[in-house]
Amino acid sequence: MTRELWEGNQAIAEAAVRAGLEAYFGYPITPQTEILEYLSRRMPELGRAFVQAESELGAINMVYGAACAGVRVMSTSSSPGVSLMMEGISYIAGTEIPMVLVNVMRGGPGLGNIAPSQGDYNQAVHGGGHGDYPRIVLAPASVQEAVDLTMLSFDLAEKYRMVTMIIADGCIGQMMEPIQFPEMKPVVRKDWDWATNGKMGKRERRLLTSIYLDPYEEEKTNLRLLERWKQIQANEVRYKEYFMEDAEYVVIGFGTAGRVSLSAVRAARQEGIKVGLLRPVTVSPFPSGAIEDLAKRVSGMLVVEMNSGQMLEDVRLAVKGRVPVEFYGRMGGVVPFPDEVLGEIHRMASGKITADINPRDAWYERMVAMK
Amino acid sequence: MVPTPNNLVYERPEGFTDAPTHYCPGCTHGIAHRLVAEVLEEMGVLDKTIGVAPVGCAVFAYNYFDTDFVEAPHGRAPAMATGIKRVLPDRVVFTYQGDGDLASIGMGEIVHAAARGENITVIFINNANFGMTGGQMAPTTLPGMKTTSSPNGRDVETQGYPIRTSELLATLDGAGYVVRRSLHDPKNIRMAKKAIRLAFETQVRGLGFSMVELLSTCPTNWNLTPVESLKFVGDKMAAYFPLGDYKISSGVAQIKV
Repeated sequence: MTRELWEGNQAIAEAAVRAGLEAYFGYPITPQTEILEYLSRRMPELGRAFVQAESELGAINMVYGAACAGVRVMSTSSSPGVSLMMEGISYIAGTEIPMVLVNVMRGGPGLGNIAPSQGDYNQAVHGGGHGDYPRIVLAPASVQEAVDLTMLSFDLAEKYRMVTMIIADGCIGQMMEPIQFPEMKPVVRKDWDWATNGKMGKRERRLLTSIYLDPYEEEKTNLRLLERWKQIQANEVRYKEYFMEDAEYVVIGFGTAGRVSLSAVRAARQEGIKVGLLRPVTVSPFPSGAIEDLAKRVSGMLVVEMNSGQMLEDVRLAVKGRVPVEFYGRMGGVVPFPDEVLGEIHRMASGKITADINPRDAWYERMVAMK
Repeated sequence: MVPTPNNLVYERPEGFTDAPTHYCPGCTHGIAHRLVAEVLEEMGVLDKTIGVAPVGCAVFAYNYFDTDFVEAPHGRAPAMATGIKRVLPDRVVFTYQGDGDLASIGMGEIVHAAARGENITVIFINNANFGMTGGQMAPTTLPGMKTTSSPNGRDVETQGYPIRTSELLATLDGAGYVVRRSLHDPKNIRMAKKAIRLAFETQVRGLGFSMVELLSTCPTNWNLTPVESLKFVGDKMAAYFPLGDYKISSGVAQIKV
């Protein structure tokens, strides 16, 4: 197939269509609105369901309903809108049904701004809705990868009956890049043994709910979710490595921060610094094992994020203090330049770093001094 | 199986499961459930019906109807029903919601479902309080009425006025059939059943949003006997929430049931 120039948001939308998306429910919010706009035309022309909801609350619960009916369904939003959806996400997780949600993250907290950010990492990976529930979270670093992960997300969501999120940011959503689309998959309405789509003379009635009034039954549900999560951790960890063969130092970053870091790593390699990059593609499940292995062979790690060090904590858990971990972050919608990351690589390679200092505290001191 | 007596005049409708309901003595939820089950059975649509349960006293409605059911977050039943109906347009989809669920936390969802003309049916139980959480003030609590969160009686100066939901939704062009009925005596129960039938007929004909508001009792939280509660509905509630047809679109007006 030919390569075509596509905007990230529209590419995600078309990828979902090609993955067999049967229903989309959304609400306008920058910087993801083009997904809604694109699908408002594309879904009806294919005879598929599209509703612009009254709010993100409405959208996520329409998704909940359609997911109960057993069809491929998606919503998309950006940070403040995703916060509003957290109630529904928790219910969908508790009901153990598949759903895909794209968060094109923007600067925050609060209304924040519409610039690219990774400030929702903790919300997506560790928190968000109430109660105990795991979820799959994918982080693309290019428009092509956003397309590929959108296709994958539906398969993962259905395979594990689990909420699957894609966390992109304003860069990925708004940038145009040449991409290659996969072939259009036909819409396949699978005969799930759990879907509430009417008895239709074929079976006993079904119920989909997230209520377990008996705490012991709820705990069983929590355990069932964890059991599936263990399988996901064993089978679905994905990450990309660059220049790692002889690396003495490693930079770790996801999404746009990982992509900016790759430019810095390339520049450092030109200077002869033996540095590589690990870019988590699944931030949940997190590539803890790969990072733990790396900690046994490199001299230092640098975590780069567009937040105040949220993934940093997951890296530190994996490293277990074996090597110094440094941090560089920009917040509030500021995207780091490769030069900034290169400066951090220089500092790391100078050999002056230690594992004794909290990397976030040290970074904070440098940020304050810089301002 | 118990043999059917020759003089049988009343039995459990097919639309019900065998589960005994958990509702308080004197509560009219059981009557409303039965009317819905009878209508679905009479229309022959039990097999293709999907119900959406609310959060509130009727949270366990899904245990009592012999149809597929889902359980919505508080107030979001119309949005869930929208999601189901849009991907399964040939199924019958209904929500069953109380006044806290529908007229308080879920006011956004119900208004927009009606405005979009979603082909869903809403059974709206108005008993003037939050029943499940123990009788707090709802948007439907009458002025001066004592609840656990308006212990001195609802003071409209600080706590506002009741919302007449049927009248409000009837202003929307997407609404095909919006009426208020009551469950306080046999005559009104029969009228309620006819309205529920018409609401589901509205849906299966694709004539847009349909809702039947049912004035209901809550003896436990009202601190009244069942009989006093029925009288309260007929005298006090029906005075503030007049029974009647608030929206019957021209298409719905032609339906004969």
